[in-house]
Amino acid sequence: MRNLKLSIVLLSGFLLAFSSIAFAKVKGDTITLGAAVSLTGKYSTNGKNTKNGYDMAINRINKLGGVIVGGKSYKFKIIYYDDESNGGRAAQLAERLIKQDGIKYMLGPYSSGMTKAIAPVTEENKIPMVEANGASRSLFTKGYKYLFAVLSAANQYLEVAIDLAVEKNGGKGVRIAMAFEQDAFSQDVKIGVVEAAQRTGSEIVIDDNLPKELNDMAATLSKVKALKPDVLVVSGHTKGALTAIRQLSEMRVNVPMLAMTHCDAGKLSKQHGEKAEYALCAAQWHKSLTYEDNYFGNGMDYDRDYTAEYGSAPPYQSAESSAALLVWKAAFERANSFDTEKVRDALAKTDMQTFYGNIKFSNTGQNIAKPMVLFQVRCDGGKCANKVVAPTKWASAKLVHPVPTWSNR
Amino acid sequence: MDFLIFKAPILMVQASMDGILLGVLFALVAYGMALQWGVMNIINIAQGELVIMGGYIAYFMYTAGIPPAFGVIVSPIIMYFIGWSLYKTIINRVVERDMFISILATFGISILTQQLMNFVFGADVVVAQSNFGTTMLFDYSVTLPNAKIFSALVSIVFAVALVLYMKKSKLGRAIRATSQNQRAAKILGVDTEKVYAATFGINAALCGVAGSLIAITFTLHPYIGLPYTVRSFMIVIIAGLGNLPAVALSGIGLGVFEEFADYILGTEFRIAAVFLLLVVILVYRRFKLSRKREYLK
Repeated sequence: MRNLKLSIVLLSGFLLAFSSIAFAKVKGDTITLGAAVSLTGKYSTNGKNTKNGYDMAINRINKLGGVIVGGKSYKFKIIYYDDESNGGRAAQLAERLIKQDGIKYMLGPYSSGMTKAIAPVTEENKIPMVEANGASRSLFTKGYKYLFAVLSAANQYLEVAIDLAVEKNGGKGVRIAMAFEQDAFSQDVKIGVVEAAQRTGSEIVIDDNLPKELNDMAATLSKVKALKPDVLVVSGHTKGALTAIRQLSEMRVNVPMLAMTHCDAGKLSKQHGEKAEYALCAAQWHKSLTYEDNYFGNGMDYDRDYTAEYGSAPPYQSAESSAALLVWKAAFERANSFDTEKVRDALAKTDMQTFYGNIKFSNTGQNIAKPMVLFQVRCDGGKCANKVVAPTKWASAKLVHPVPTWSNR
Repeated sequence: MDFLIFKAPILMVQASMDGILLGVLFALVAYGMALQWGVMNIINIAQGELVIMGGYIAYFMYTAGIPPAFGVIVSPIIMYFIGWSLYKTIINRVVERDMFISILATFGISILTQQLMNFVFGADVVVAQSNFGTTMLFDYSVTLPNAKIFSALVSIVFAVALVLYMKKSKLGRAIRATSQNQRAAKILGVDTEKVYAATFGINAALCGVAGSLIAITFTLHPYIGLPYTVRSFMIVIIAGLGNLPAVALSGIGLGVFEEFADYILGTEFRIAAVFLLLVVILVYRRFKLSRKREYLK
C-alpha cells in the first residue's frame, strides 16, 4: 500500500516535470506564448476583450499559413492564466509561465496596473513581452528593454482635445476644468493635458483629483457651473465617464466642450443614450480608420469578423490585442530564429502597418507611429454612435462645437 | 485651499442641498448597520455588498423594461429573504461568538457576494435611468436632480416607517427587548433566534432600498460596496447605537461636511477630511467621558 502511494507520487512528479517540458516555447510546429489575463475580478470585462483579441488573431494567423521561420510553418498557441485582476497574482503567474511552463515569449495582461506588475518579472528573465493594454507612462521611463507596447501612451489621450479647443478659439488659449481620478492611468492622462495647456497658453481653472471610491461629482460640476470653463476634461475609467454624463445632464451643467476617456468601454452611448451626445472621447482605435494589413483587412473588416465571432462589436482593447500578435509574427519571421535575444532585436526594429495602425517602437518600447483618435457621440433619432472627428484625415463627421446648452437639446 | 465657495455664496446652497440629499441616503444604510450592531453585536462588513446587490435588483428590473424606481418596493422584499437566509446559514453560527469572528465571517460574505455579483452581472459599471428630470432653483443657479430628491424622500419614509414598526409591533418590541438584554428577553419568552433572523433581514431590506436608490442616482459595480460600508460605519460610530435621530443627523452632517470639504480643501481631501473629523469626534468624546468619574475604569 505504501509502495503504491509512493509510486503514485513519483509518477505524478514525473508527469508534472514532463508536462512543463511539453509546454516549452517551441515544440514540433507550435510556438507557445504565455499570457496572464484578468478573467475574473474587476477587470474581467476588458480581460475577456483582450483574450478575444488574442484568440481571434492566432486563429487568423494559423489559418493563413502560420509563422514561417527557417522555411517551416509554425502555429501560434497561447497558455492563459487568470490573474484575478490582482497585480500580485499577475506577477506570480508571469513567474510560473516563465519558470514552470518554460514560456519564452509573453503577451501583455489587461490594464496598466497588471502590466506594471508583470514587466519587472519578464525583464529580469530577459523574456520579450508585447503588450497591448498598458498605457501608463511610467512603463516607458524605467528603461525596460524587453517590453513593447503597441498602443499610444496615456499622456497622449486628451492632448488632441485641448489642441482642438484652442483651434476653435481662434488659436487663443482656453480655460480648462480638469477632473481626474487618482490612479496611475488617469494621472498620466492629466500630465498630457497640463503639458498641452502650457504649450497653448491655456489656463487651468479647476483641478480636481477624484478619489477612487468617489461616485459623486456634484461638487466638481457645481464649480464648473460657476466658473464656466471652455473645456471640461474627465478621466476616471468607466465609472468616471458614466458618473460625469449622469450628473452633467441631471444638474444641467453647460460646457462648450466635454472630453473624456473610456466612453466605449463604458458603453456610454448605449447606457446614457442622448444624454451622452456631443461628448468627445479619446480612443486608441476606431473601425473607420483606413489602416490595412493582409490578415484582417481594414478596420471595417475586423469589426465585421469580430462581431460574427463574438456577437458584439470590438472595443479598441480587442483590436490592439489582435495587433500584438501581428507584431509577434512579423518579428519571428524577420529574426528567422527562436532565440529570444534575436527575436527581441527584431521586435525593436518593428516598423509596420496593421489594421489597428502603424507600429514602430521607440527605444523605450513605446509605439510612436500611431496617433490617438477622438470621436464624438452623435445621436440620430434616439440611436447614438461614435463618429471620428480628429485627426481630420479620418474624420467622418464635423465636430459640433460649442455643445448646445441643455435647454436647447 | 480654495475660497470659490465664499466668493459665490449660491454654491453654499448647492453644496448644502447636495450634502443633505447624499447624507440622508447614507443615514438609511447606517441605520440598518446600527440596528444590527445594537441587537446582535455584529459589525457587518458586507453591508456595502448588500446595498449593491439591492441596486442590481433595481437594475435588473430596468433592463427588463420596468421603471427602476419600483426597485424600492421589490428590492427590500427580495433582500429581506436574502438577509434572513444569510442569518440561517452563516450568521447564526457566529452570533454568540466574539466580535472578531463575526467580522471575519461577514468579511467572507462580502468577498463571496462581490464575486457572485461579478459572475452574474459582469464587471461593467452600469446605471439605471430614472428620467426624473431636474429641479431648478434661484434662476438655474441651484440644480438638483429629482432622482436625488426622490431617494432622500424614500429614505425618510422608510426610516420613519421602521421607527414606528419598532415602537408599535410585537416583533419590534421583541427586537428592542433583545437589544437591551438578550438573556432577560429570552427568559421572558422572546424567541431571540427569530429576532436575530428578522433583524438581519430588516437590515438587508434597508440596504436593498438604498441600493435601488443608488442605481438611479449613482453607478453600480460589483466592487463598489466598500465606500458604503465605511461611510455607514463612521456614521454609527459618531451617532452611537440605537439612537435613530442621531444617526440621521450625523448622516446629514457628514454629507454636508463632505461637500464643503470638497469645495474648500479640494476633492482629493474630501474623504481624508471626513476621517479627520472622525478622529476629532472620538478624541472629544474620550475627553468628555474622562471628566465623568463613573465611566472611568
